[in-house]
Parts: sequence; structure tokens; C-alpha cells
Amino acid sequence: MDSKKKLAHLYARAGFGLRFADLQQVDHLTVKQTTNRLFKASDEVVPLKVVVTNSTYKDADDALTKKMFLQQQRQLQKDLNIAWVTQMSKGNAQLREKMTLFWHNHFACRTQNPWYAQQLNNLHREHAFGNFRTMLLQVSQTPAMLQFLNNQQNKKGHPNENFARELMELFTIGRGNYTEQDIKESARAFTGWGFNNNGEFVERNFLHDAGPKTFMGKTGNFTGADIIDTLLQKKETARFICSKLYKYLVNDTPDAAHVNTMADVFYNGNYEIAPVLELIFTADWFYEDKNIGNLIKSPVDFIVGLNRQFYVDYKNPDVLLQFQRTLGQVLFNPPNVAGWPGGKSWIDSSSLMYRIKIPSTVLNDGVIDFAGKTDPEDEAALAAMPNINARKDVNTPAQSQPNWDEFLAAIPPGTSKTAIAHLLLATPLSNNLMQMINKATNTKAMAIELVSTPEYQLC
Amino acid sequence: MKRRDFLKSTTLASGAFLIPSFLKPLEAMASADMTGYKNLVIIQLSGGNDGLNTIIPYGNDIYYQKRNTIAIKKPEIVTLNDMQGLNPNLSALKEIYDQGWMSVINSVGYPNPDRSHFRSMDIWQTGSEANQFLTTGWIGRYLDANCAVNKDPYTAVEVDDTLSLAMKGSKMKGIAVQNPAKLYQSTREPFFKELVDEHYSTHLNEDNLGYLYKTMIETYSSANYIQQTSKTYNTTAQYPQTAFAKQLKSVAKFINSGLKTRVYYVSLSGFDTHTQQQNQQGRQLKIYGDAVAAFVKDLKQAGKLDDTLVMTFSEFGRRVEQNASNGTDHGTANNVMIFGGKLKKAGIYNNAPNLAQLDNGDLKYEVDFRDVYATLLDKWLNVNNSQILNRNFAGLNFV
Repeated sequence: MDSKKKLAHLYARAGFGLRFADLQQVDHLTVKQTTNRLFKASDEVVPLKVVVTNSTYKDADDALTKKMFLQQQRQLQKDLNIAWVTQMSKGNAQLREKMTLFWHNHFACRTQNPWYAQQLNNLHREHAFGNFRTMLLQVSQTPAMLQFLNNQQNKKGHPNENFARELMELFTIGRGNYTEQDIKESARAFTGWGFNNNGEFVERNFLHDAGPKTFMGKTGNFTGADIIDTLLQKKETARFICSKLYKYLVNDTPDAAHVNTMADVFYNGNYEIAPVLELIFTADWFYEDKNIGNLIKSPVDFIVGLNRQFYVDYKNPDVLLQFQRTLGQVLFNPPNVAGWPGGKSWIDSSSLMYRIKIPSTVLNDGVIDFAGKTDPEDEAALAAMPNINARKDVNTPAQSQPNWDEFLAAIPPGTSKTAIAHLLLATPLSNNLMQMINKATNTKAMAIELVSTPEYQLC
Repeated sequence: MKRRDFLKSTTLASGAFLIPSFLKPLEAMASADMTGYKNLVIIQLSGGNDGLNTIIPYGNDIYYQKRNTIAIKKPEIVTLNDMQGLNPNLSALKEIYDQGWMSVINSVGYPNPDRSHFRSMDIWQTGSEANQFLTTGWIGRYLDANCAVNKDPYTAVEVDDTLSLAMKGSKMKGIAVQNPAKLYQSTREPFFKELVDEHYSTHLNEDNLGYLYKTMIETYSSANYIQQTSKTYNTTAQYPQTAFAKQLKSVAKFINSGLKTRVYYVSLSGFDTHTQQQNQQGRQLKIYGDAVAAFVKDLKQAGKLDDTLVMTFSEFGRRVEQNASNGTDHGTANNVMIFGGKLKKAGIYNNAPNLAQLDNGDLKYEVDFRDVYATLLDKWLNVNNSQILNRNFAGLNFV
């Protein structure tokens, strides 16, 4: 295979797409060298710092103060979302952000507290390709997750099984590998795990059930950390995570042999994530035709990829939220604890229409005439708005500024139109696309057309 | 044949000439006999509508005890029977109720109720258990189960600009149409048309690229079918000037023009009334009631009410006791409203909610919402509910 095509594939999966500027840097490198470079560029952890404190209101506060407070919180949620999209779009730590997005979906969580949301997100970023055990343990102790999965209410004598159930079903071992009894017993081990008013993890010993529990065939006075360790001792956990990683980075349909190879590395390496990623990015099978241009980009992949490729700035960044809403993926608002199902479920008549329209809107500073639905959690704010029923027919100018000079300047002189198309699209070029390319009179117009195709939805 | 029917079928037939030649198979559909073609219209009230201030159990003193400042006073209530009555903002529905075109099912919910909006809405839209996560919607699975017969996205139409999870199956998905003319125009932009034309006749692979093109072509032909068919019907009925009424007006236009759609989906937001509930909920209920009354009358006028069933739900009801801000907080079981010309049991379907026996301050559900869905699936859409709901539900007898 063409080495440029390989690099484009690597950048599409380990990041949000290859730019001509990136290609200049890595054109002469091997896949192995480029992989190292991607890791190196992600060495530094740049946390999001939009939310500066954990603020709450007091019960004694009057209604107006509370209302103002909730408005502020909602604004911070928006700011946090935009800050992340911007960091993905502009930052150098592509692999770190791509993996943060993976864990954001794996440990899907919702919280109305933007400080908690930011904290969890930064944790995913910090451990993005670090140690899975460390991340799992820390995630389990964040206020965001403790609150979301009701562990704050998990008390001796009145166990709440929500966290224990999702820990097994979604975060570690997967369905079919545990019993209802395992859920009941392990829920008792997590009794007392909670957080205080400062948002710090606390083990509330007076609420902890210290009695013996029988979990997966073993009996003991297990704590929450013991349960997590028992789950990680099961090879199924390594396989479950690797299968999910495979779907995210390689193919919708996992290949059992490849997943097993990954799981061996993951399990034997004490759940270090980086070696598994290295294995994928340097494996021959990763570059097989059937694994190229076959994945449907998530809405965030799509938006971020477009922003990066064309260096887009948004004067009104709310537009980025509007895109997420209409395309069906609002960061920090997963549909449930199982996350976004992904793949074909991203695409229906309307979401595809918007994906075809958005590039020309963004790149030509057009008008956005779609709004998307309100998130269910924003209903209270909506109910209190006097003009609630005046919505619908929207016409928002995109107010976006691509940097065409930067895009065009990075294309080496003499690059053919076809070569440009090959970099923008991961799929083979059909007759129709070839006609489009041949007819194009300038690179800019051609680029806009190419990214407005169904082919551009794939990576 | 009555003169009116004759005129209708000829307009449909002439409308078919507008369809481009490569979409010929649709022509036959448009002129097909539409008598007895059943439609289901789903109305979602988002935010958790307070059912107790919608269909008010005024005959129960507990209602007045628990709702000091937000209870609706007896003289204002539009009584339905000696226990329950309508919020005065729903007075337009009284006439519909008296005609036998409305049914109220009390205390609908599910075991282990979830009080978060997004999770409970997820449960209602997917038809899952409280501890189960499904990635397809219940209407979507109906489309999947029926995809041999109803293979076009317009089998399920959501009048909105995006498609709800309820309408997404694993093989088939419905289509979101806020404005048929606008959708038609955007699919006819030269660039879009070129992409479709090129792939229309070619064989599409089973892979993701094939799926993308298939979706695009279906959008293209559905946009055409919906626009060409619906524009043959000229709405004369009067509707209120609200965005929601406009959406129902579109649904009526689709139904009356003979669109071969089985399920329509419409949402109305703004029911999360934690503070100052009376004004906020009243405003939304008036929008809802006035629009639904106009819609039902329009269908009746066009002879389509007998073939239409409307179901209104919300993701949960609210707590029985009001809060300190003259509002109500998230609760559990709620009423479901059904409208149609051919109801087997019109009026109040079952006992008013039991306000004495509560579960931690919340209503206990008596009817599983999937029994309501099962009834619609078995008796209206003619599919076996167990295929769609993953286990068999006995269903109810309102239709």
C-alpha cells in the first residue's frame, strides 16, 4: 500500500485525521516511527480548566439566587463542551484526546455539576493510555460517577446495586460473565463509598458493610477495591475492553484472533493501555483494505476532523453545540450509561443530510437552518422561558472562518488533484468522485465538494 | 363511489405524474386504495408532565391536601366523571371527550422507576426495562420487524428536524420532516442530486458506504414522495397559531393526503415545572389541548379519524405533594391519553390514581407502559408485540 495512505489511516484512527501540514512532518517515516511520534506529541497532559471551583448553592438561598446559580452552571457546561471540542480541534495531543473520547464513552456519565464533569474528563485524559486499573479505581471514586450510579445511596443494610451492576456489565467484564448474586454481593462491598461537600472521595465507614461477601466463588470481607481487582484478574475483562477498543479503532466487527492478541498484551502487561495501542497501530492487519475507510465517523470525529483539516475558527462557538445536537452526540450528555451505540446508528435521513450540508456551511460561512432537540435535562430551563414556543425556524449564521491560506500552503507544489482527494477521503475514489475531481477548477472548491460526500463520513 | 372520494383519488393520480420516471414504483403506491389504512400518532410531552394537574383527581381530598397552592380549584375543573376532570386549559378537549374520541389510562409506569429525565425518556423510547439499555427504539423495531412490507423510511415520520431514538431500528429508521417542501428542495440541490443519480442504479454493497448511499437515496425518494403526495391535499381546517399546532397540522395533511405512513411522532417541550407550575404548565397544556382538538376535528372532517389513533405520553409524572416553590418535582406513574374515532373503551379507562397508597411519596404504577405499546402493536399495527418488546405483554382493551 501507498505509504501516504497508511499514514492517513493511522492519523484518522489515532487522531482526528491527517493534514497536509502533518504529512510534511511524517512523510519520510515508517508506521512504527510515526506511532512513536504520535505518543510523544501526547506526552504532556493538558487538562481542561474552564471550571475553576466546585460551587454549590445553600438551601437557604432565595429563589433568584438559585436560578442565577443554575444558569451559571448551564453556561459552564456549555463552555466545558466547547473547550474540549476546541482542544481536540487545535491541540497537538491527538492520540490523548482521541483516547479521552474513547473513555468518555466507555465510562459514560452525566452530571449537572460542571466541576465534577470536568474532573472526570481530566481523569480520562490523564490515564488515556496509562493504566486501566488506576483509571477504573479513580473513576469509581469520582463524585460524578458516585452520584450518577447512586453509590452515594449505597449503604449497609440498604444496598444500591446500580454501580455494581454497571461496573460489571459495562466497565469491566461484560454480560454473561457474572450472576445477579455477584451484583448483590459486590454492591455490599461498595457500601460507604461516597463524596463530601468539597467533592472529595470518602469511605464512610459507618455506612460500610464489613461482613463477609461471596463474589465470583471467593468469600471474604471484600472492599470495593478488592472487587475491582477480582474483576481484573478475569481474562474476560481484558477481552471485553479490547473488543471495544477494536471496534473504536479498527472495525465494527471484531476479529476474535486479533482481539485475543490484544487481550494477551493487555492482561499480561497488567492492564497498561499504551502497549495495546502500539500493537494495533503497528499490526499488518490494521492496514488491511477491509479496515480502511470502513468506520462511520462519530459526530465529534466529523466536526473535529473538519475543524482541524481547514483550521476553522468559530466566532460563535455555540454553533459547535448546535452541530452536536443535530448530529446526535452532545459531549458530556451520553444517552445513558452504556454510551453512544455508534456505527450505523449515527446515520439516519436527517443526520446524513446535515453531515452533507455542514461542510459547505462552515467552509463558506453559510446559514444554519436546523436546531435539533433540547436535551431532556434542559427542560426545566425551557419551561421557565417565556418565549419557549417561539423556537423552530432558526437561521444562525455559522460565523466560521476556515484558514484557506494555511490549508493551501501546506500542499506541496505539483500535488495532483487526485492525491489531494486521497488525503481527504479514506475510501477508494469512485467514478463519480473522479468526475467531480476532474471537473474541479480550483483546489478550494474541490475540497469543499469532497468533504460534502457520503465518503467523507468514513474514516 | 362518493363524489368527494372520486375527486380525491383523481388528484392523487394526477399528482403521480410529477414523480420522475426513475421513481415509478411509488406511483402505484400513491394511487392505491387507502381505505382502512391505519395510522398511529405519538405525542411526546417532554420534561415530565404533571398528570395530576392534567387529568385532576378532584374527587379525592388528598389531592387538595397535598397541593395547597397549586391545586386547581373545583369550580374551574372541566369534570369528566365524579372523580376526575380536565385542567381548564384543556377545555377544548371536552367536546372530543364527549364524542367518545378520548380515553384516559391512569397510573401508567414501570417497575423500579427512574426519576432522571434522560433515562426515563430513554426507557419509554426504547421500551426497555429500568436496568436494561437498548440501542433501538420501539417504533424502530416495529419497522425492522416489518421491513419486508414497509421498506421505506416514510413508514415512520417524525415532524421535527431530527429523529428520536424511538424511531430508530437496527435495519430501518424513520425520517424526520419538519417541512416537506424544504426537505424536497434540499435533496434537489444539484450537488445532492448528482451524488444520488450516480448511485441510484448501481449495486450498493452491504458495507457502511453502501449503507450511507442507501440512506441518501431513500431520503431522496422519500422527500419526493412526501412532498408530491402531501401537496395534493389542501388543509381548510383552522389550527391555532403555535409551532406545535403547525406540526399536528402537517401530520393531518400527511394523513389526509393518503401518505402511506404508519407512525407519526411529534414532541412538545416545557413540562419540567419545578417552580411556578400553574402558569407554565397551563400555558403548555393550552397549546396541547387546543392543537389536539383542532387535529382530531380535522381528521374527523376528512373521514380519517376512524383510521387514526393518537397516544400522548410523558417520561414520568410528578410527585403527589407539591414542593416549596409552587411547583412539583420528578415522580413516577402518569396518565396516558388516547384519541381516536374507533375506541373500544372511551372515557376514563381505569381507576383514578390511588393517592393514599404511595411509594415514598410517588404514585405506584398499575399499568405497564409496554402494555399500552403492546395494545397498539397487536391491535392497531397488526404485529405480534413480543417481537418488538422482547417479551409478551397482555395488552389492554382501549381499542
